[in-house]
Amino acid sequence: MKITRKDFLRLSGLSFLAAGSMEAARAIAGRSPSAKDSSEHPAKHPVQWGMVVDLRKCQKEKGCTACIQACDSAHNIPQFSDPKHQVKWIWTQPYETVFPFIQNGYAEQSDAGIPVPLMCNHCASPPCVHVCPTQATWKRADGIVMMDWHRCIGCRYCMAACPYGSRSFNWFDPRPHISHINPDFPTRTRGVVEKCNFCEERLAQGLRPACVDACPEKALVFGNLADPNSEPRQLLRKRFAVQREPELGTGPSVYYLV
Amino acid sequence: MFMFEKAIVGSRRYWIWLFCVLCVIAVGFVFYMYQLHVGLGVTGMSRNVSWGLYIAQFTFFVGIAASAVMVVLPYYLHDYKQFGRVTILGEFLAITAVIMCMLFIYVDVGKPARIFNMILHPTPWSPMFWDMISLGGYLFLNIVITQVTLTAEREEVAPPGWIKPVIILSIPWAVSIHTVTAFLYAGLPGRSFWLTAIMAPRFLAGAFCSGPALLILFCLILRKTTGFDAGQKAIDALGVIVAYAMVINVFFIVVEAFTVLYSRIPGDVAHLEYLYLGLDGNYHLVPWMWLSVLLAIVALTLLLVPSWRRNRVLLPIACVAVFLSLWLDKGLGLIVGGFTPSPLDTITTYTPTLPEWSIVIGIWAVGALMITVFYKIALAVHEEVGEEEVHQEDVLVARTASH
Repeated sequence: MKITRKDFLRLSGLSFLAAGSMEAARAIAGRSPSAKDSSEHPAKHPVQWGMVVDLRKCQKEKGCTACIQACDSAHNIPQFSDPKHQVKWIWTQPYETVFPFIQNGYAEQSDAGIPVPLMCNHCASPPCVHVCPTQATWKRADGIVMMDWHRCIGCRYCMAACPYGSRSFNWFDPRPHISHINPDFPTRTRGVVEKCNFCEERLAQGLRPACVDACPEKALVFGNLADPNSEPRQLLRKRFAVQREPELGTGPSVYYLV
Repeated sequence: MFMFEKAIVGSRRYWIWLFCVLCVIAVGFVFYMYQLHVGLGVTGMSRNVSWGLYIAQFTFFVGIAASAVMVVLPYYLHDYKQFGRVTILGEFLAITAVIMCMLFIYVDVGKPARIFNMILHPTPWSPMFWDMISLGGYLFLNIVITQVTLTAEREEVAPPGWIKPVIILSIPWAVSIHTVTAFLYAGLPGRSFWLTAIMAPRFLAGAFCSGPALLILFCLILRKTTGFDAGQKAIDALGVIVAYAMVINVFFIVVEAFTVLYSRIPGDVAHLEYLYLGLDGNYHLVPWMWLSVLLAIVALTLLLVPSWRRNRVLLPIACVAVFLSLWLDKGLGLIVGGFTPSPLDTITTYTPTLPEWSIVIGIWAVGALMITVFYKIALAVHEEVGEEEVHQEDVLVARTASH
């Protein structure tokens, strides 16, 4: 049989297509990570990590940034002076922009301007995980939304999807902007997205998150939300707590006592 | 493939034009190398406005690609013969636009070397996966269609029968590319500016006026530079399509604005305020958005009066106005407006930088290069067939004379 160049090109093109469609068919047959997790009944998983932020305790000492500093040095967070390029895992934002819905305007003492610590909410139904085209970000059965910096292609779809602004992109090479590199934690490269990981590397060693340990007022309370006797659950039972934008149905694992 | 031998013969003017286009591409390429080396921080994008001109251009050109359906559908489904000559131009425009879209995505990702992770780890619950499938499929369909129909034209035979179902498949496929692109944005819970069911219809309406407007301009340029005549009836019919689609597009924008402005939900109003009135002292997009409105009004006025629409001077003006108006609306306001103010009410100014503009213009130049080469091939085949017909007639006349 004689194969002309044209036929060869056509055949190889077709075989590429066939291989590609097999791969796609396999993927469609599989299930989404969120679907997989829900089939494992996250409520039944013995551990669901979560955090409670006590805003009355936070900022007893004005201008305190202990939690931010602890996180920055633990996770090799680069420091950029231009706010456009900042990488933030935990940071603060004024109360009225975080909770615009609990302003009544007639309160004796205004909460306006009080800095509220923000981080990834590790949502029960995370929009970032839904949109990521490479599964570089996924939800673990224990509730943590993880990030694979080696798979991320840097499309930043997750940043558009996150309603909390919790994700940062490495606009430049971060390494020259890290004052002191912690050798126990990876640094990232330019072109990938990153965010708070609830210190899963410390949890694996039986430690609490760095920010929780660093807080002098013990305003950050971390624990297992699936355990009714855990510290965060006890607080949530007794005190009035809010989540950020609960109406979006994302189910944040971070609660604020206001 | 693609009869590229026809693209390497041309006049001096043709080669000068190609040289200029290649120079612009080279500048864009050098700036892309710079961006690749330093990082996407060389653009104007930021933590809060994390998509910019690249993604906006991608969105706009998906529309241009989809608009080929406006010539394919009348020609193949309604046997509208007048579009016989422009259909191939529309299909080549679709191929060019899809490749430009892919380039805009490519220059936007932070780790381009890993882009095939999208195929290695296919993720069907992400709209971006489906955008890849629909764009790739649409490119493939149009390559097959143009290749087969052009070969048939050159060999002066009817195209093979199996191509008809492929062409018919390309019609809903064209609608799908812009629908899926709208779904990229319209499904995000935290971005109220994009969270609207009318986004896909609005995208399609915008596509079906900006694409054919560009096609009219191409036909007029070809008539001047090459003598190729698409036919006055075809151009008039395209003008009617542009007029209807522009009316529907503006109607959709008004519908959208009514819902947001009359309900007065602050988070929704803020985006329109930022774009059209300025928010907290930030006005930098306001003049551009009003220019888009002004151009839309000019275009509608010129298009809605039949005698003006058919006027040889006014029609190109209307087409340029449609194209620019939609470019500002979709290629600028849509993306930046969706990100500003951010969910935490922050306004971050986005100004595209010199490297960013150079890369964008470089990709436009790639588009210009492709469209030039494709149209050159299409016209060369057309002329060749035409000449042969004349030649055969001569032979026939000579034979009859000798008898």
